[in-house]
Amino acid sequence: MTQDNHNEIDLSLMDEIFTQYRHQAGALIPVLQKAQETYGYLPPDVLQLIARQLKIPLSKVYGVATFYAQFYLERRGRHILRLCDGTACHVKGTPILLTSLEDHFHLQPGETSEDNELTVEIVYCLGSCALAPVAVFDGKVMGRMKQNVLLNTIKKKTDIN
Amino acid sequence: MQTTLAKDLAERQALAHSLWQDKIQADVYITIGMGTCGIAAGAGDTVVAIQRELDARGLKVAISQVGCVGMCSYEPMMEIQARGRERINYGNAMAKYVKEIFRHYFDEGELRKAVIVGRAIPTISESHGHQLHSLSFVGPEDGQYIPFQSKQLRIVLSNCGLIDPESIEDYLAVDGYSALQRALCEMTPEEVIAEVLDSGLRGRGGGGFPAGLKWRFARQTPSWPKYVICNADEGDPGAFMDRSVLEGDPHSVIEGMIIAGYAIGAEYGYIYARAEYPLAIHRLNIAIAQARELGLLGENILGSGFNFELQIKEGAGAFVCGEETALMNSIMGERGQPWPRPPYPAVAGVWGQPSNVNNVKSYAYTPRILRMGADWFKSLGTEGSSGTAVFALTGQVERTGLIEVPMGITLREIIFDVGGGIGDNKHFKAVQTGGPLGGCLPRTYLDTPVDFDSLRAAGAVMGSGGMIVADETTCMVEFSKYFMQFVVDESCGKCPPCRIGSTRMLEILERITEGESTLADLDEIKRLARGMQQGSLCALGQLAPSPVLSVLRHFEDEFIAHIEDKECPACVCKALITYRVIPDNCTGCMVCARNCASDAISGEKLQVHEIDPSLCIRCGLCYTVCNFDAIEIISPR
Repeated sequence: MTQDNHNEIDLSLMDEIFTQYRHQAGALIPVLQKAQETYGYLPPDVLQLIARQLKIPLSKVYGVATFYAQFYLERRGRHILRLCDGTACHVKGTPILLTSLEDHFHLQPGETSEDNELTVEIVYCLGSCALAPVAVFDGKVMGRMKQNVLLNTIKKKTDIN
Repeated sequence: MQTTLAKDLAERQALAHSLWQDKIQADVYITIGMGTCGIAAGAGDTVVAIQRELDARGLKVAISQVGCVGMCSYEPMMEIQARGRERINYGNAMAKYVKEIFRHYFDEGELRKAVIVGRAIPTISESHGHQLHSLSFVGPEDGQYIPFQSKQLRIVLSNCGLIDPESIEDYLAVDGYSALQRALCEMTPEEVIAEVLDSGLRGRGGGGFPAGLKWRFARQTPSWPKYVICNADEGDPGAFMDRSVLEGDPHSVIEGMIIAGYAIGAEYGYIYARAEYPLAIHRLNIAIAQARELGLLGENILGSGFNFELQIKEGAGAFVCGEETALMNSIMGERGQPWPRPPYPAVAGVWGQPSNVNNVKSYAYTPRILRMGADWFKSLGTEGSSGTAVFALTGQVERTGLIEVPMGITLREIIFDVGGGIGDNKHFKAVQTGGPLGGCLPRTYLDTPVDFDSLRAAGAVMGSGGMIVADETTCMVEFSKYFMQFVVDESCGKCPPCRIGSTRMLEILERITEGESTLADLDEIKRLARGMQQGSLCALGQLAPSPVLSVLRHFEDEFIAHIEDKECPACVCKALITYRVIPDNCTGCMVCARNCASDAISGEKLQVHEIDPSLCIRCGLCYTVCNFDAIEIISPR
């Protein structure tokens, strides 16, 4: 786990979440989801608090948080690009999109640029296969993506070099 | 919360039906497809544009937002019907073409960018005094079914594109919840199970286990409480059938689950949905609240004394959670890892209690079967696989989309008649079904009938419904490597045959695509595959070698070309290809040189360019941006 500036995290934001879920069986995953919604990722202090409040060993909280692809233990970039590499997108050109991202921004899937501007992620199938290949930039779905369009979008919408 | 009695429900249905009639027979009736795919293609902006156009024309009508009719390649799609006139379905209905569509419909203007998909014709089939409403599309002139629809039979997708998924009134208007009424008020749980068993409904998650039998096992386990679980963790890449049902017709899934709860004696249900499907979850939440408000969920449903509650559990991104025991672990807040069976979920599932896990479509079929009768369902499809099959038809096929066809149709009919064959003058190479745990079939298998048993015999599987078509530009070795990469990423890590076997297998496939392998590697693949099939704990590991083995069986020559000749016949594998300028086609426009990130392209303006293979990283950008087809890919290098 990475070190964090303790002052930045307001742990009291978790109170409401605990009130809602404390007595529900199997609450760990929804609590982690709500916490991530609140903080954007799961800081170490939050994981520790969840372990204490739900009376679950920290090792298990950590185990569950690292098992599922949608939990992030590190801060992500200001902009998020998710490229679909589901089968349809794969045969329609996602690998080529990935190559050009690596060439232009030196970013591989799962990485965040050094200036914290952009995170690139792979997802397996967004279920919009007819629009393959699909990219999602800051929540906006862009279908039938081409290399030049993707690179231009990133250059236009972010301050990345 | 109120208790709706059976007679109240009948009144609500009659009222809903007359509201529905008023709606579709209004001065103008407009629908727009608002599935995830439609929205991604711009349907949200289209709604705004339609409203603007309606205002400009002084028309006061509501726009009905419906689910997806499955013709993804035409998205966004809208329909217009003025009273007494034809109901026309327009495709490519981007916001900027809405004006043109209105002019075409009302003022006989010309269509330039938008297209007419067909005339939409509401159809109703009847059986045992109940109805199945659906929508058909015929050609605007000839009155024949449009090609995409000609071989389709929409049962489980019948409401998708027909009704507003966020309106329980719409669902009631098309005979919704009358199957629940029949089950709770006229049938014993055993009779419900017998009817589902008699219909021959097999689980649509891929396994094909008879649904009624599963329900009977869960009913027979003497323990309480019991749970009904809907597996909506549709993780196969290239598959979006369940998403479409949840987004377009959520009430049918809920109705099916309540019926299943009554049948097995469960009072609680979970819908485990992928978090990647926010719209499906949103609509399910709305539908659950509406059903609760009408007393169709909760206590003493329809005065029968039966209680049922339903909760959505959002997944957190793990493919293995589509496996039923892993899914139940995830519901309980654990890591989504499978446990060895037996005990089967019907004996000891979630919280150690009897649980019935079915796929979204299996539940959605249930109300239709109870309404129209087991004999009706059995009359569709083949002897061993009754009913219909739903496929997400994607890849290199002309008309992609979500289709529903009767079981027993051939692969050729699906790909060439419904899908319109391969575009761009290219040729069919393979069709892949069942995703990362399925297999692919070559041209010689195109006449295989599509049903659970025939596909399995041919070496592929029905799977949950992904069908991906590949043409000659797809490298089958790379294709199988892709699936193995997926398994490596998604293996939960609990049992070594899956965790280590898939990693070793991927390493071999990587060596092959990089031209650094020997023929002995092919034997090693088979040996590893046997170990994974026999030693893995769950279906993920047991079936993970299937795509590679099917490619090895049907496309062995491609493997050999990679290994012996260092050639990638489809010109895909980077290590085995090189890019070259075709001098006759090159106009010296400089576009490729400007775009090249590694400065590998040299040449003056209006002069033929040249690519330096030692600098080229084979990203393919020049190939994409060239407007004159002047770049070619060559293999071997």
